[in-house]
Amino acid sequence: MDDTAAGPSHSFRIKTAGRGSHAALAAVIVALLVLTLLPLFAGRTLIQDLIFLFYMLALAQCWNLLAGYAGLISVGQQAFVGLGGYLLFALTLIGGLNPLLAIPLAGVIAALFALPTALVVFRLRGAYFAIGTWVVAEVYRLTFAQIKPLGGGTGTSLTPAVTSSVPGIEWVKALLDVRTPAARDIVSYWIALALLVATLAAVYLILRSRRGLALGAIRDHEAAAASLGVDIYRVKLAVYVATAAMTGMIGALIYLQKARISPDAGFAVLDWTAYVIFIVVIGGIGTMEGPVIGAIIFYLMQRYLADFGAWYLILLGTLGILVMLFAPKGLWGLVAERYDVTLFPTRRRLIAEARPKS
Amino acid sequence: MTGWIDALIQGVLLGGLYALFAAGLSLMFGVMRLVNLAHGDLIVLAAFAILVIAGKLGLDPFVAVLVAIPILFVIGFALQYVLLNRTLGRDLLAPLLVTFGLSIIIQNGLLQLFSADSQRLRAGAIETASIPLGGGIAVGVVPLLTLVSAIAVIVFLNLIFYRTPIGRAFRATSDDLEVAQLMGIDINRVFATAMAVAFVVIAIAALFLGLRANFDPTIGPARLLYAFEAVIIGGLGSFWGTLAGGIVLGLAQTIGARIDPEWQILAGHLAFLVVLVIRPRGLFPRAQD
Repeated sequence: MDDTAAGPSHSFRIKTAGRGSHAALAAVIVALLVLTLLPLFAGRTLIQDLIFLFYMLALAQCWNLLAGYAGLISVGQQAFVGLGGYLLFALTLIGGLNPLLAIPLAGVIAALFALPTALVVFRLRGAYFAIGTWVVAEVYRLTFAQIKPLGGGTGTSLTPAVTSSVPGIEWVKALLDVRTPAARDIVSYWIALALLVATLAAVYLILRSRRGLALGAIRDHEAAAASLGVDIYRVKLAVYVATAAMTGMIGALIYLQKARISPDAGFAVLDWTAYVIFIVVIGGIGTMEGPVIGAIIFYLMQRYLADFGAWYLILLGTLGILVMLFAPKGLWGLVAERYDVTLFPTRRRLIAEARPKS
Repeated sequence: MTGWIDALIQGVLLGGLYALFAAGLSLMFGVMRLVNLAHGDLIVLAAFAILVIAGKLGLDPFVAVLVAIPILFVIGFALQYVLLNRTLGRDLLAPLLVTFGLSIIIQNGLLQLFSADSQRLRAGAIETASIPLGGGIAVGVVPLLTLVSAIAVIVFLNLIFYRTPIGRAFRATSDDLEVAQLMGIDINRVFATAMAVAFVVIAIAALFLGLRANFDPTIGPARLLYAFEAVIIGGLGSFWGTLAGGIVLGLAQTIGARIDPEWQILAGHLAFLVVLVIRPRGLFPRAQD
């Protein structure tokens, strides 16, 4: 460190890991190990529930990166969930590809679609951008409803030949002595877990990189970040395309698991955007921990309250409004403020220390 | 040929309905920079309000809307004063998410109260009445009335904005919030009044929504998108621009439907995206924002 810049009496250094980070790392490794081995002793219902939790959390992390860091509040991410799902169907049913190969390919193609989409919607700023992305998602929905080989407006199903061609199903059947549908769920579970870990790792690495520093700067003050030389447009475009690719892959996985897609389901604003926004906002936007907490709360509510139908959704909407008004940093924000803990060390803090006089 | 002329006329008339949807949204954008994601659902809510008033009091929808207007005026004022004012001035996220939550609450509340059945406002003979223009073309009285009402609403809004003290306050807060406050304007009241006026426009839009076609609790978001598209196509900051935007959207939809009935909505969205690419500030931009 440069002594003259640091001043005579203090030294400065950058600290990322906060209280709890190291313990959290150990906990994450243990949790991963337990989750990987879980299908050996867990029942099928739990496995299915966890698949749902994993992909909702992965979607939430993507939306959080987009809205919480890059300031791109999109209400149209269902465009890429549906696109990923439809690409999986097109690549496997028409292209004859193996589903496991079709998932990453769906991500790549989703990114290729996201680029021209971004050039149009980026002409709208802030709140107008939000509705613009919704219009684009509707365009995607209405366009896929016109594609007859993929079932048009009514949608289509994966053939059993496709769903059982995922590598590993036979192996799981033999190893765990289960029937084909259960083995399918277990393999989907592992893919979902892998995709979730990949999403978390990608978001974490992006935030810890140079570009992540730029993103944090944009989140905190866009004009100030621009004046310090951050190319706002490029950073935002990169985040938009990257989250589209991740969202597309998650969409492909979701519809591999569901094995049936229709335009109304694949491009549903409630399922793939409203719920996701709820998860991020309840948990705490602009942090990596927030969506994790939000997803667990959402999963519990979905499990125990979804039977109430409309009342459940009214409750979700009310809760979202209350959190936005009275705790805009979400539940994790309340915890982090009170106890100063960080599980995913993505924040850089300047530590000033008094230097011993020599 | 007759078919195409008919499509153009129907498109302009449909544009009147979209201009009515959009006028309230344009007012909220203009005065408080609020992007209201619940706008479409509020229109549907108002349509149900008119339906209930007409049903319970045995009134014609045209009379029922006169009963609904003062009620909605008060609701709009209260909504802005109590809830939405708290979300403004911070970041983008708060107003967007609060109105998004409101949208979900309204949709599901209506679903709970009225079920998912399609409803319609019944006004007797006028519903099917039409004026023949010769050459096999006729215009419906209700669609014509919709366009005339849209024009009347815009004249009325311009009168409020440019001829009244509250209109001066609207323009002042819109131009420079801080200076307006320094001049002694109570922005909470001004915003609440603007929302109350927007709710009157919403009531009129709801009347024609219910007279022209069936409605159910789930159709709100699509109306929001049409309204938004009309505002952006027209250009922010001008009510006449919003009318033009509505007509462009209506024309795109009827021309699309003329080519293939399944393309109606898609054609409207695509027209919006094309305008966005070639004229990002809309056809008749006025505001700087």
